[in-house]
Amino acid sequence: MGVFTMEMLRLLPFLMLLGSSALAQSPTYGVGSTPSEEEIRAWDISISPTGQELPPGRGTAKEGALVYLQKGCAACHGAAGEGGMAPTLLKKQAEPDIDPWQLGRVLPIRSPYATTVWDYINRAMPLNGEGTLTADEVYALTAFLLHKNEVIPEDEVLDAQSLPKVKMPNREGFAPLPDWKPGKPRLQGYPY
Amino acid sequence: MGSKQPGRRGFLKSAAAVAGGLTLGSVEPALGQTPESGTFIKGNDELVAYGERSRFVTSVRIQHPPGGRPSPDGFGKVFHVAAPLQDSVGMITPSSLHFVGTTRGSFIPDIDPREHRLMIHGMVDRPLTFTMEDLKRLPSVTRPHFIECAGNRSRPQHKTVQETHGMTSCAEWTGVLLSVLLKEAGVKGGAPWIVAEGAEEVKGASSIPMAKAMDDCLVCYGMNGEAVRPQQGFPLRLLVPGFEGIFNSKYLRRIKVVDRYYMTYNDYGHLTQDPKNAALGYQIGPKSVITFPSGDQQLPGRGFYEITGLAWSGGGAIRRVEVSTDGGRRWMDAEIRGTAYRMAHTRFSFNWNWDGNETELLSRCTDELGQVQPSRAQVAEFFDVPLDPSYRVPGRDNSIQPWRVASDGSVHNGNA
Repeated sequence: MGVFTMEMLRLLPFLMLLGSSALAQSPTYGVGSTPSEEEIRAWDISISPTGQELPPGRGTAKEGALVYLQKGCAACHGAAGEGGMAPTLLKKQAEPDIDPWQLGRVLPIRSPYATTVWDYINRAMPLNGEGTLTADEVYALTAFLLHKNEVIPEDEVLDAQSLPKVKMPNREGFAPLPDWKPGKPRLQGYPY
Repeated sequence: MGSKQPGRRGFLKSAAAVAGGLTLGSVEPALGQTPESGTFIKGNDELVAYGERSRFVTSVRIQHPPGGRPSPDGFGKVFHVAAPLQDSVGMITPSSLHFVGTTRGSFIPDIDPREHRLMIHGMVDRPLTFTMEDLKRLPSVTRPHFIECAGNRSRPQHKTVQETHGMTSCAEWTGVLLSVLLKEAGVKGGAPWIVAEGAEEVKGASSIPMAKAMDDCLVCYGMNGEAVRPQQGFPLRLLVPGFEGIFNSKYLRRIKVVDRYYMTYNDYGHLTQDPKNAALGYQIGPKSVITFPSGDQQLPGRGFYEITGLAWSGGGAIRRVEVSTDGGRRWMDAEIRGTAYRMAHTRFSFNWNWDGNETELLSRCTDELGQVQPSRAQVAEFFDVPLDPSYRVPGRDNSIQPWRVASDGSVHNGNA
């Protein structure tokens, strides 16, 4: 009971804040300017697992195989997606129902969301030509890599609607994130 | 003796030489003098404009891990670079020696600050864009904070403290509290995460809990009394005090307030399958290391030495540091030198008379939350891995570092 009361008292300022924030807060300093819709869209490249930031466009694995060659991906990642200087893009060969983590630290197989694969290709590939791929090319490359890793069939069309729906094998496979709170130890009862 | 003692001697020698030269009133180097015997550093425009350290001080950063990917590589890309902690004094790492970590090896972007912008948008009442001038108009704070790479760990093949612990550094950071900027934009109720993104070629982005963003994160334009260095994110970097290095986005150009964990590439790279490992993520644990005497240094003989080192924790300020000079049988309180700031390197020291016998030196710290730095045996037990040279634990490793002092005064990695 005493603990409960203490907790309520500690929460009181926060609860009061919640009440007042029902009305939109007004800025304190009035410094900074308002970006235009176009400016926001141009920079809005982090892709949510919901895919809400995905641009229009489409691509298939077959088209992606061509883009993979045209854009020089093979030079670093190998002609077949492995064996180059850059990280391998192909899962390890294993039993069909194995724990997906055993398939290796390979983005298009371990990532819990296909949106992460699209996002990384879009923002960070190719080396020294980052940001130059068209949306169609990124959809196609994503389809190509997901197909090579047996996540989607060769003829599946990826676009802003279908990409977030791709069921990655590791969707539920990662441990819960730390529930971080200010002034709390990392893990209760742990010697660290 | 390692690089510490010659450095000190060199400094004393050159200081004495300067003093001697001054009494002679001479400005020009005397003919026939060797460089060591006291020539002057002749002033030139560059030295007047931006000073340099003595040529007798040779402490430098090295690529990390040792024998790993070179920095710079053949293309001029920089990967991980470790700070020379063995030569450090005080709590601040000079900007030139601050460790560098990059997502995948990168060119350092050459950003004109007049063109740089920080955009805050997403789940906010008012999307805002700030120029560097805008940011400098806002109320500023200056705080010392360490940044440590999550991969900073002592391995048996490491010889020096630069190799075992050099991926941590501490600077005095100046900027605007992120909470101030988020309040200017007006965070919509309940938004649980932000994504912080850089302007470099890979546009590195991390998901950060809103609780942390509103607590103590800093949008920094200043570092150690001047502009943030390009290798550290010029003109603007995010400081996420006490969190793993990768959260401290460099070249910060965008904060998006979002409704969920975004699983960015940086986030994906830190995912783990093991709940015990995952629960230790984000906040760096309490950690300390003796920087003198440390691996590859040489004690000239028995007698008095000030043992000194650094302690830090993502949980807040360091409250206590203990030192053992007998391999962990007895622990004694070290002195904390200066102020123990929250999420900052804290210098400690311990007066020691070495009897000339082989022994092992260790340090362990306790932070303001009462978290105590664990021994390697505790960590091995927790993760159920063998306590031998094959020891390898997942995630971060903040275990106690032993330095073995041999009877000839040579110092070695006790984890080897």
